[in-house]
Amino acid sequence: MSGGLSSASFPKNAHAALANPPLLKAIAHIEETLVSGRRRAVDALPEFEALRDAGRDIKAHTLAHLDLYLEAFEKKVVEAGGFVHWAADAAEASRIVLDICQAAGARRVTKGKSMITEEVGLNAFLEANGITPVETDLGEYIIQLRGETPSHIIAPAVHVNKEQVAADFRRVHTKLDPLRNLEEPTSLLAEARGVLRERFLTADVGITGANFLVAETGSTVIVTNEGNGDLTQILPKTHIVLASIEKVVPTLEDVATIMRLLARSATGQEMSVYTTLSTGPRRAGDPDGPEAFHVVLLDNGRSAMLGTEFEDMLRCIRCGACINHCPVYRSVGGHAYGSVYPGPMGSVLTPSLQGLEKAAHLANASTLCGRCESVCPMRIPLPKMLRHWREKEFERHLTPKKARFGLAAWRFLAARPRLYGAVTRMAAWSLARLAGKDGALKQLPLASGWTRWRDLPAPEGGTFRTEWAKRGRK
Amino acid sequence: MTTPKPQVGLFVTCLVDFFRPTVGFSAVKLLEDAGCEVSVPAAQTCCGQPAYNSGDRAGARALAEQVIALFETFDHVVVPSGSCAGMIKVHYPDLFSGEPGWRLRAERLAAKTHELTSFLVDVLGVAPLPVSWEGTATYHDSCSGLRELGVKAQPRRLLSAVDGLAIKEMRDPEACCGFGGTFCVKYDEISNAIVDRKTADIKSTGVDLLLSGDLGCLLNMAGKLKREGSRVEVRHVAEVLAGMATGPAIGEKTK
Amino acid sequence: MMSSRDAILGRIRRSLGTSEKDAPRLAAVRHRLAETPVNVVPARGQLPDAERVELFIRKAGEVFATVARLGSRDDIPAAVSEYLRDRNLPQAIRRGADARLANLPWEREAQLAVTVGPSAGQDLAGLSHADAGVAETGTVVLTSGADNPTTLNFLPDHHIVVVDTSTVTGDYETVWAGLRRRFGAGTMPRTVNLVTGPSRSADIEETLLLGAHGPRSLHILVVG
Ligand code: SF4
Repeated sequence: MSGGLSSASFPKNAHAALANPPLLKAIAHIEETLVSGRRRAVDALPEFEALRDAGRDIKAHTLAHLDLYLEAFEKKVVEAGGFVHWAADAAEASRIVLDICQAAGARRVTKGKSMITEEVGLNAFLEANGITPVETDLGEYIIQLRGETPSHIIAPAVHVNKEQVAADFRRVHTKLDPLRNLEEPTSLLAEARGVLRERFLTADVGITGANFLVAETGSTVIVTNEGNGDLTQILPKTHIVLASIEKVVPTLEDVATIMRLLARSATGQEMSVYTTLSTGPRRAGDPDGPEAFHVVLLDNGRSAMLGTEFEDMLRCIRCGACINHCPVYRSVGGHAYGSVYPGPMGSVLTPSLQGLEKAAHLANASTLCGRCESVCPMRIPLPKMLRHWREKEFERHLTPKKARFGLAAWRFLAARPRLYGAVTRMAAWSLARLAGKDGALKQLPLASGWTRWRDLPAPEGGTFRTEWAKRGRK
Repeated sequence: MTTPKPQVGLFVTCLVDFFRPTVGFSAVKLLEDAGCEVSVPAAQTCCGQPAYNSGDRAGARALAEQVIALFETFDHVVVPSGSCAGMIKVHYPDLFSGEPGWRLRAERLAAKTHELTSFLVDVLGVAPLPVSWEGTATYHDSCSGLRELGVKAQPRRLLSAVDGLAIKEMRDPEACCGFGGTFCVKYDEISNAIVDRKTADIKSTGVDLLLSGDLGCLLNMAGKLKREGSRVEVRHVAEVLAGMATGPAIGEKTK
Repeated sequence: MMSSRDAILGRIRRSLGTSEKDAPRLAAVRHRLAETPVNVVPARGQLPDAERVELFIRKAGEVFATVARLGSRDDIPAAVSEYLRDRNLPQAIRRGADARLANLPWEREAQLAVTVGPSAGQDLAGLSHADAGVAETGTVVLTSGADNPTTLNFLPDHHIVVVDTSTVTGDYETVWAGLRRRFGAGTMPRTVNLVTGPSRSADIEETLLLGAHGPRSLHILVVG
């Protein structure tokens, strides 16, 4: 299964995913790795819940002063010798990055893992303009070779198995000895490391995202495990950081607080291997580091979310915990969502990025079980926001006719207790009769969505309220 | 001097009313044995949750008004369902933002509304009834009850007093069962995948009985278990606690 | 035409219902940036000196770093040589010009070829001096500068880092305070690396593998 799926066809995408056993096996793995890892890390830190409160408060404070912190950040970057560019939307961001690359005479750029570059579709745009982007995060690299999009914001290639990776390497790495054994993940990693090492050393520009932008110092912060982000940003002559505006935080202390939440929530590590703060270009006398440092600040709809019921979503630190714990994601994987951002956080973000018409399924395809919110380090009320999208759909008459009719009928009935009593009494009695001694129905035409997969337990017979009245009770 | 008995309004829920009156009678028994005076307002229908979760705020609101008017005179409102109790307790006040009069009424009702097991344990602090049930059981934490109301220890505490009953936990009792109200028919294939994992977890415990506090989840899991040919019995926790787990279990053949 | 900068900032202010001249907001921001208040700091690292160093070593071990304790700085050359020997690596090390590494009795290890400067990717082993260790998570803190190339932290297969026990802190906040003292408030060196264990990836079937793009192993020499 590849990317390029659309949110509008979510049920169809989900159907395909459910018929893809290797995919399901790969996703099932998340339980033992990311989910239990998070549990262990959280249990080992008594202050975790207090940190969640603090993290939420930091972001809430920052968002309420977002314009001012962005200005402060910009000033600091410029003081350190860097450049700040502002991009209102995806097209402008891509354009700015291209301009910088062209001015640097770049042919080949390396990229650290960045969901924002996925959001703006940067790779395709650079390629169309004669510049070769090379993804360097192992997962992203695999995805790029396969011509896919990431299926998870933290583990982009979680849906790919090692046999598929081996086949991809043999197809693309032309210098690879056909006899070389690529059965084990270790040999695959060694192969990728070798190929990418050369790319790092020869790239003209390095592009990374940022986990934080620090207003106090003008630093951009990336958090990685592989070290690819660092090689991307220190080796080429030019370093471009593409980050969305809500990544700014006030101070280093605020970075520390959220850092303590990020890795634990994402992978169950207490700290990711590399947390790197970059401030401006290399200094006089520095033996290495980029000569030019650019930060591109992307809005792309975020400023319009402020002050709305979706403002809380801007606290998101892209840890992926909500995704890992989502029963729907765990059933169908990331690509089915047809969006850069899958799972609960994606179902909240995607309608604002793609338009509610296209993404209407996403907010509905949730049981609202609330596990996402219960693990979100930034305490984002995801179910509440999914419900807000449902309300907007309903207001704008995007809810399917059949569902609207059903709701109206139910509302009509439920507002008329006596009629309701009569109808439910009749229906319960009929269903109980229909089931007879079986106690359950194997199929029921009007409830085929139910009986296709499970029996429908039959009503006992009389409704509670009739039985209650029969006993002369009030 | 004897203190007057607490006046409890039982909001029986549309699912219990329709599918399983036994749960309602079990709740009444538990409450009466705990010294409450129980009433069941006859005009009750639905708490409005289906409308609320489908984005139909106005529809939900209309039903909320009906529930508030019917139940606001009681000392307590008790609901044998975490999700309907959660609707009243957590979401009703939200429905009336910007209308101080109604909002106040909604908040007052919210404050005295309780899920059944948490009412018995947290509010009344009663000693469990001397009942017995021979066998092993596992308990599914329904999502709304667990995450909106913090129902987790209360049913287990009450069950621990049931004679002959041993609780064996699932690997992940807090995982959603895939019911999700209208979700289970709108996205039936996904719902099925979720309940499939749930029943696998249930079956791997090897217990005789599955319990939970929400009939929606129970119908879903029972229906799946039956379809899979499993012999695990499924019941609402109130039935066992009240000693009324004698008739056929949910979805079970009648004798 | 309005610049995107002004458009974005304008939109933010409109959404927030405020203006750039809103004095209380300005004051709140100025205050926070100047005072840099500390949020929640885990109790875990708040220990007496010796225990803090113990915690640092234990935490570093948990993330697959290896650690050797040295009594004095003068033991560093021998420890480097021993590490290379144990791993069957050539006796060659590349380091920065940092005086803390330069003024060591390298001559005692006659076999050891010590070169100085940034890495171009050919070195098997690199040696750096950390500015601090963080006990909370077994993290080493490295800052870039004329004598401390960042490439040495990432390109060699083996990264050996010297940490002085007197610089082992309980938490990150203490490290930030140190940076402010050294470089001035609001000012940072080009690169600050917080390194917690050797490079790793779990991108292939979520199997944890060490040595993705950065060093395969991280060896910490704890001095003092
Ligand atoms: S919504 Fe919360 S849990 Fe999900 S990615 Fe964002 S911060 Fe993490």
